[in-house]
Amino acid sequence: MTTVSLTVNGQSVTSDVDPRTLLVQFLRENLRLTGTHVGCDTSQCGACIVHLNGQAVKACTVLAVQAHASAITTIEGIAQGGELHPMQAAFREHHGLQCGYCTPGMIMSAIDIVSRKGNALDEQTIRAELEGNLCRCTGYHNIVKAIAAGAQAMAQAPLQQAAE
Amino acid sequence: MYAFEYHRPTSIREAANLANQSEDIKFLAGGHTLLPTMKLRLASPANLIDLGQIAELRGIERSGDAIVIGAMTKHAEVANSAVVREAIPALANLAELIGDPHVRNRGTIGGSIANNDPSADYPAACLALNATIATDKRRIAADDFFQGIFTTALGEGEIITQISFPIPLRAAYAKFRHPASRYALVGVFVAQHTGGVRLAVTGAGSNGVFRIAAMEEALSRNFVAESLDGISAPMDEMNSDIHADAAYRAHLVGVMARRAVQAAARG
Repeated sequence: MTTVSLTVNGQSVTSDVDPRTLLVQFLRENLRLTGTHVGCDTSQCGACIVHLNGQAVKACTVLAVQAHASAITTIEGIAQGGELHPMQAAFREHHGLQCGYCTPGMIMSAIDIVSRKGNALDEQTIRAELEGNLCRCTGYHNIVKAIAAGAQAMAQAPLQQAAE
Repeated sequence: MYAFEYHRPTSIREAANLANQSEDIKFLAGGHTLLPTMKLRLASPANLIDLGQIAELRGIERSGDAIVIGAMTKHAEVANSAVVREAIPALANLAELIGDPHVRNRGTIGGSIANNDPSADYPAACLALNATIATDKRRIAADDFFQGIFTTALGEGEIITQISFPIPLRAAYAKFRHPASRYALVGVFVAQHTGGVRLAVTGAGSNGVFRIAAMEEALSRNFVAESLDGISAPMDEMNSDIHADAAYRAHLVGVMARRAVQAAARG
């Protein structure tokens, strides 16, 4: 067993884990944060995307022990005081999901796109940046609309952005 | 994946000592090839030495006429580096074409080169730019480093520390991406140096990354795409699989080589 200490959604966590435990397994099975999904388990689909020190990564291809001393944000950590994050609200408003399986990864990816590319995102940029996220229901159309709207809304919610 | 002992050194020396003292080791860089390989049980090291906490393995700097990149530097860092963009924009462009944004946040240049996947992008840049690969023991010219698919000059327990890329007069990388995996079905990196042109091909070769002397000589005489007219890629060296047969890959090498030369000439 190896000891791993990290911050998850602002809370300190220390745990002894089998070194082969994947970060996504650790989040879901040890911490019971089941919002982060496992889709393909081969770093293609993006359902497992979380933020590691502020960068979007695929948690199925990171060992929990590699996340030692880092800060993780999952889909559970972005709403503030019962208010949906603006990107979550945009996905609801624009019906950017059908079955919902890819949605946590889509939203974590979308927030990362905004942090790198800013709040005024055109369709081409969003589609290119989403190449690491697969959705088998929507055809992406409403996801793209939701991200464009969510990015705009994030500009008007500076407090929430700072919290993230 | 099978169980292993995990080690987290904080210096190159500590990592090298661990490697010397342990049986059946693998170094863990970004993990975006090794971990999937371990999940499939195609690799099952007894000891995994994580290089992720070694600060001296990261960073990008200009050193004289070269760009020097630490082995644990991530693809996203190379793609976004102002230093690389200014000196060798083709190298930043190449890094930006690897995988997807999330993969680029984890995958490293050293990991890519040490693995020498026949479809990886960085080996083509190393060969065409005449890079030198530094390890904890020695310096290796790119021409000597890549020795066939998934095979390099690295010895047991040898750690890549940094890669030094001489700054060319101009260069470009043209990649035909596999639409699903984003690996190079064929990728051609061309670089014009004061001493001549070097052109390296990834994705296509049955024996991994390789240079094409006839194209280099023609481009060294005149660096325009038309210089490649009548020169075809060597068919007997081409990989052939369900994604593309040898004839198609050979054709793509010619097309990508022309595109790379045109892009380099445009600047």
